[in-house]
Amino acid sequence: MLKLDRVNKYFFRNTQDERWAVRNLSLEVRRGEFVTVVGSNGAGKTTLLNLISGTYFPDSGRIFIDGHDVTTVPAYERAKYLGRVFQNTFQGTASSLTIEENLAIAYLKGKRKGIRMAINEKMREYFRERLAEIGLGLERRLKDRVGLLSGGQRQALALLMATFGNPKILLLDEHTANLDPKTGEKIMELTTRLIEENALTAIMVTHNLQDALQYGNRTLMMDEGEVVLDIFGEERKRMTIQELLERFSELRHKKFAEDRALLSS
Amino acid sequence: MTERPRVRGPASYAGLRKGACGIREFFLYSVQEGLLFGILALGVFITFRCLNFPDLTVDGSYPLGAAVFALMMYRGYGPIAGVVGALAAGALAGLFTGVLHTFSRIPALLSGILTMICLYSINLRIMGRPNISLSENLGHRTIFVILRDAFPTVPEVYVRFLFLFALLVVLKFLLDAFLQTEIGLSIRATGDNETLVATQGINPDDMKLIGISLSNALVALSGAMFAQYQSFVDINMGIGMVISGLASVIVGEVLLRGKTIFVMTLQVIVGSVVYRLATAVALNWGYSIGFKPYDLKLFTGILVIIILSFPVLKEKFGKA
Repeated sequence: MLKLDRVNKYFFRNTQDERWAVRNLSLEVRRGEFVTVVGSNGAGKTTLLNLISGTYFPDSGRIFIDGHDVTTVPAYERAKYLGRVFQNTFQGTASSLTIEENLAIAYLKGKRKGIRMAINEKMREYFRERLAEIGLGLERRLKDRVGLLSGGQRQALALLMATFGNPKILLLDEHTANLDPKTGEKIMELTTRLIEENALTAIMVTHNLQDALQYGNRTLMMDEGEVVLDIFGEERKRMTIQELLERFSELRHKKFAEDRALLSS
Repeated sequence: MTERPRVRGPASYAGLRKGACGIREFFLYSVQEGLLFGILALGVFITFRCLNFPDLTVDGSYPLGAAVFALMMYRGYGPIAGVVGALAAGALAGLFTGVLHTFSRIPALLSGILTMICLYSINLRIMGRPNISLSENLGHRTIFVILRDAFPTVPEVYVRFLFLFALLVVLKFLLDAFLQTEIGLSIRATGDNETLVATQGINPDDMKLIGISLSNALVALSGAMFAQYQSFVDINMGIGMVISGLASVIVGEVLLRGKTIFVMTLQVIVGSVVYRLATAVALNWGYSIGFKPYDLKLFTGILVIIILSFPVLKEKFGKA
């Protein structure tokens, strides 16, 4: 479903501040996999998502989605294969637009935009149905502006929008990090439900090691732009946070430096 | 009795200078001009509010519309063709600014200023000289002349008023409808959250190009209508128009509450009329306190500064 072939990404290339953010990274994600990605700050997790979504282009290497070479395809064009939810709860929705207008933008994804009315009654019916499923009462607030919603509600909406039209890959970029623990848990529940119901392939970046092992069926650990650990199946099922940290120190000869991860685990 | 000196100022208030002018006429003339500039304000609304793109092309595309209209009159075209020409020229000017911004990645403000300064020369080339008159004697039949002849029994001021009112209402509803189409919604989403728009498969650059073009088409239309209203085109008629358009938008926002598209475009129109009335009052009665026509831009600037600073002032100096 997703294939990265020896991908490299530098920031500030050929300057004193040059940083090798993603190093010779090769990765294959199969259909139906739900991959969680952990790593300390600067490990290249978000850069990886940005490369997949086309926010940046790699300096070398190739990226394939569902067999299509998208290495140099601009973000808005490859968006048809992807859904994405961000850490910042304001980033996944348009605050000044209403709930139904936001959903319409997602609903019309991949379709040529014309001068037809963007929303019709049939779409509203569908929106109400889908909103009712997430159980936040948003189906009665179609004409409310999204700026009036709480962070959790916005993130739930963003998640729903990202899964409209069943994207080939769902990218989740620490999408619960800015929420309080209880809301975060609810959003994670919704996330797994949407992924299972729609049989989506997903990649979730997280700081929370507990979440990384609890959700999904494969976990990648990144450090300095490389995937240093790739666990799945029985091995992953038996893995504890403690073991994960130990494996990391063995491999990298250093401690897993992540206050947030340790505190939240 | 010494006669009030009549200063040749901005050619607006042409109506007021016609001499004997009662309070009702004064009101009607000001509202008419509010409606005329309401077209421009709708254009400014598209860029500043929908696209979040502060577009200064306006100061050039407004006289461009007037100049193209005048040129076409001189070439023997009718007012409809002239208006279409103005719309097209305005859209092109907006497209140019849009390309500077999206292709050459020049910042929004600078893109607009660059187009504006280029248009100054282009407008002079179109006009051939700094100002030209449209005159019935030269066979220029503007929309207002045609309407006057069509309704000979109705006083001209009312004909003009009703026509401008109808035109603006039609434009408002067309714009309302457009902003709710797929493209219109995409334009508004682009102004709100460009990242989201890209992740939803919309090219934000395309939406900017469409929005800025449409905005400047309306601005040029406003210029073409004003050229007919005052039968005169001046190369400097665009100076400060973007700020007076912005003033209309924000005065409307202060006067009327609401965030639906219907209300927002209504805010723009009400704002434009109120703003013109305020400036007309300042010009007509401000004379006694030494207010001169050339103080108008200062008046507008200070008005905009006060409204824009208000939220900060309120926060800093306690609850109002």
